[in-house]
Amino acid sequence: MNAIYDFSILTGGIHEWLSGLMSPTAVMITEMVIIGTLLIVFVALMGLVLVLAERKVAAFFQLRLGPNRVGPWGSLQTLADFLKLLTKELITTKSADKFLYNLAPFIVMLTPFLALGVIPFAPGLQIMDMNIGVFFITAVSSMGVLGILIGGWASNNKYSLIGGMRSAAMVVSYELSVTLAIMTMVIMTESLSLSEIVASQSDGWWIIKGHIPALIAFLLYLTASTAETNRGPFDLAEAESELTAGFHTEYGGIKFAFFFLSEFVNMLVVASIATILFFGGWMPFHLPFEWAVGFNHIMDFIPGIVWGFGKVTFVIFLMMWFRWTFPRLRIDQILNLEWKYLLPMNLVNFLLMALIALSGFYL
Amino acid sequence: MEQYVFYILAAIILVFSFLTVTSRMILRAAVYLLFVLIATSGIYFMLNYNFLAAVQLTVYAGGIAVLIVFSVLLTSQLNEKMEQVSLTKALAGGLIAFAGALLTILTIVQYNFRPNGLPELEPSPREIGHAMLNYGDNGYVLPFEVISVLLLAAMVGAIIIAKRPAKLLNEDRTIIDTSYPSDKNAYTSRTKAEIDSLLK
Repeated sequence: MNAIYDFSILTGGIHEWLSGLMSPTAVMITEMVIIGTLLIVFVALMGLVLVLAERKVAAFFQLRLGPNRVGPWGSLQTLADFLKLLTKELITTKSADKFLYNLAPFIVMLTPFLALGVIPFAPGLQIMDMNIGVFFITAVSSMGVLGILIGGWASNNKYSLIGGMRSAAMVVSYELSVTLAIMTMVIMTESLSLSEIVASQSDGWWIIKGHIPALIAFLLYLTASTAETNRGPFDLAEAESELTAGFHTEYGGIKFAFFFLSEFVNMLVVASIATILFFGGWMPFHLPFEWAVGFNHIMDFIPGIVWGFGKVTFVIFLMMWFRWTFPRLRIDQILNLEWKYLLPMNLVNFLLMALIALSGFYL
Repeated sequence: MEQYVFYILAAIILVFSFLTVTSRMILRAAVYLLFVLIATSGIYFMLNYNFLAAVQLTVYAGGIAVLIVFSVLLTSQLNEKMEQVSLTKALAGGLIAFAGALLTILTIVQYNFRPNGLPELEPSPREIGHAMLNYGDNGYVLPFEVISVLLLAAMVGAIIIAKRPAKLLNEDRTIIDTSYPSDKNAYTSRTKAEIDSLLK
């Protein structure tokens, strides 16, 4: 990898400059504030871009034009929507539990923020390199459903309650498959640290090196994580044809925007993990052959940040493709799919991967 | 710096533990309990016990808290409030809690803690796996297996409770059989006969 694309040079320089100005404690607090602000700006920007992308992709699949009035090619549409949501009056339902009703959007928004903190997007572009990164992300994302549950209950509305319960039953079951698929890949990577998982793929991505089990694990992970983020065809927590808007029926203005945004940021987190585990994170595409040295060298000249975000965009596009292609499933079909198909397949795949790792039958 | 973080986390744990037991609305109590559990994992993070902190988040905040909230959702209404606890009960409960806390604090203060001198382990999957399935020194295979058997027993028990008795299942089947004839031509043949009688 080329050293000029390493972000730690930039961040290290800023750290040294700040250290020359003030005491270590003050430096830490300043850096925390800077990073927090950058993270909020990043999430807000990604939210705007992803919502626009979703609408454009949906339009493409339905042979429409999509948003095309505000700004060139409708590119400012989501910004205008966001400003509208910001200026709306915040209404709390009279019969709702006020404290829990107002707390729920924050819990929902909190978990993707925590998960983004450990994801490496490019060399050096990682807030915190935790030695248990993957485990931390699964731990944190298991709390996201609480916001949906609490919001659904505190709204004091039957549609919200049914939406919340459906979502809980679904997320709690699909968490198993997500975690098992991740564990299957951890057998190969031999580490839980996300940066080390990326580093282990410098000579080839795991989806190529890991043979068939890695491919099966990728498909299982993609299916289960689509369900975990409550996206179509598994979006019956907010099934608009039967439940008005599901768990966020009673929410409006920026509180609704939090629920809406969290879905897209969760999608970004899930796609980033898929990228890191299966497609080598920010690692360039390398062929594990002797004659491909020149090819590998050319690939090295594309910056890591382009590779990282390019692959994340690809996985997000796959998930949007699902949403606009498959019809919505019923709750019993969804639970059957998880407990009778995905989970047994995951367990068998896990054993298969262990066998391959033991016999050393991988590149 | 670390001291202040500890004080903040300890204050959160104390305040929300108190609110958990005094709140009269059951879901609010569950949410306060969630805050306590998250703050506890914060203390583990502060001590650099990253693995333990993540376990705390998965098992307690993500597992048990979700289950509690889920069961509250299934059973109770928003307007329900638990009855006011009588003064004698509150006093007795407070006294017992105070005695328990005193006993724990005294034990902790008097016990002479010293480092065990074992080498520090990196929480890699390899190390954790070896520790879990090792029957030698520092191995945890016995507790690991005992817990596995316990969980399996709990799961089988839950399935037995959730499963309907065979007699009821058969009744369901007969109801289904009568309402939806298995013979697909049943409706068509009847209408055919009706049509024939009408034609005559």
